[in-house]
Amino acid sequence: MLPESLKNELQQKIDRVAHPREMAIDVINALQDHYGYFSDEALEQAADLLGMTPLELDELATFYTFIYREPVGKYVIHVCDSLICWMENGEDLVAHLCNRLDIRMGETTADGLFTLLPVCCIGYCDRAPAILVNRMVHGPLTTDALDNLIDKLREAST
Amino acid sequence: MSGPYPQMLLKHRKPDRITTLAEYRQAGGYEALHRVLTSEDAAAVKAQLADAVLLGRGGAGFPAGIKVQTVAEDAPFPRYVVCNADEMEPGTFKDRVFLHAEPHMLIEGMVLAAFSIRAAHGIIFIRPEYESAARILEREIGIAHREGLLGDGIFGSEFSFDIDVHRSGGRYICGEVTAQINALQGIRPNPKQPPPYATDKGLWGQPTLVNNVETLACIPHIVNKGAQWFKDLALSPEAAGTKLFCISGKVNKPGCHELPLGIKLSEIIEDFCGGMKDGATFKGCLPGGASTGFLTADHYHIAMDFEALKKVGNRLGTGAIMVFDHHTCMVDVTINLTEFFARESCGWCTPCREGFPYLLDLLRRIEKGQGEADFLSMIKTMCRHLWKSYCAFAPGGVASIESLIVNFEDEVMAHIEGKGCPFKK
Repeated sequence: MLPESLKNELQQKIDRVAHPREMAIDVINALQDHYGYFSDEALEQAADLLGMTPLELDELATFYTFIYREPVGKYVIHVCDSLICWMENGEDLVAHLCNRLDIRMGETTADGLFTLLPVCCIGYCDRAPAILVNRMVHGPLTTDALDNLIDKLREAST
Repeated sequence: MSGPYPQMLLKHRKPDRITTLAEYRQAGGYEALHRVLTSEDAAAVKAQLADAVLLGRGGAGFPAGIKVQTVAEDAPFPRYVVCNADEMEPGTFKDRVFLHAEPHMLIEGMVLAAFSIRAAHGIIFIRPEYESAARILEREIGIAHREGLLGDGIFGSEFSFDIDVHRSGGRYICGEVTAQINALQGIRPNPKQPPPYATDKGLWGQPTLVNNVETLACIPHIVNKGAQWFKDLALSPEAAGTKLFCISGKVNKPGCHELPLGIKLSEIIEDFCGGMKDGATFKGCLPGGASTGFLTADHYHIAMDFEALKKVGNRLGTGAIMVFDHHTCMVDVTINLTEFFARESCGWCTPCREGFPYLLDLLRRIEKGQGEADFLSMIKTMCRHLWKSYCAFAPGGVASIESLIVNFEDEVMAHIEGKGCPFKK
């Protein structure tokens, strides 16, 4: 269930703009933050708030990289696999991550902590190889630095 | 060391923070806006932009002066200014560096652009990976509001203008103008084929000026110091201004540098990036992002400006220089680039949606040693088909493939004849 306070806050934001659907991505992001991912329930609620059909909104939700229509872990790791990160041993980094987390690209760890997803160039080519963890950038990364980061995130969530 | 060259956009760049509003104003910031709003002369701003030959810095290189003039005098209100901060061209990070340095230069540029077309509302469309820049912009927009530099009656004039920050959900095609306008309206961001152009019927069907961050940031300087001054910043006579080049790949010091247009590629690599990494040999580069073609060692001393690159059948693009050394397999590089375009295609039109996976398959087979000589003509034919797609995405996406076949044909043939990648032996 969507808390009334969040619902009211979003409704107020929508009321302030001329065209409710211009707020679609903001509303999706807010509900995604609340539920952890953009669930079917969230889709129905967001569509209702925006005066759109769930289908219209799903056309958007399924289009974008940072909107998750399936459950994701507490930490969503997007690994840049575009040219510069790839040239700077990005593939080895992915292999190391998969091995360390014991999941494949696109999967979530059994403890629900980490999800691993590919992403195209994130604009940190001067810090390659780079990754995003919940949209915060980390780079340039070595396997050691990556191990430290994973350890820290694990510790932070216990 | 060559230079030092005059700095305009990154002159006051600091290692770890932005230039504050007070610092920006101390360095002459918002003076151009004050003068223009006091004189009430919008036509003069438009004329200066046209005289300065300011070409769009976001990749397409369209003259900003012409774009601004296509908003008709009698066009309906409201009118919009959209700042395209959806910097998603692979290899490009100049706008990120700039936004973390001079947010008020962008704000001033946006207000000046808005004043020239009498727009009342501005939007900064920013990629989600740049959340820190989005927060900086929101904070500084708030500060500008409190200081009377945005909002109602700016500098006591009749002119009012507001800016909102719009975070994208994250997709490369949103950088394309018509797709971006769809995205802002909460519509799936497939591109639309103009006409109508955005300056005629853009956001909500109203006149909309869409410009890149760097393009808008040039405007206060042009208004302050004049078109001739701006033109004289470039080293080649046909170019105008400086450019934010971002250099990555096989150089010792990757980074973003503001340099005059027309500077030699070799000078950028040797004097500003510490030369080739580990003493390697320069083999080639992409001059302006993934949507430009490969330059080779023959182009090592080319002047980096719009015209010089056009003369060799290439483009300056975003000024994102991605450097390759003699260990780099150009087929492998092209596969990576094509994977990007295959994934990021919006899927709306058939040539693009079907063409990139087809090309990717052929390139992968060549790399694996399963290529055949007639693959080259198959690739060329498919690339020509992709030029018939709906927007500029696919022609940009095949630029690397087409230039691979032209500039590195021997390397491709070595893969086919040697039944494998010569770099993996």
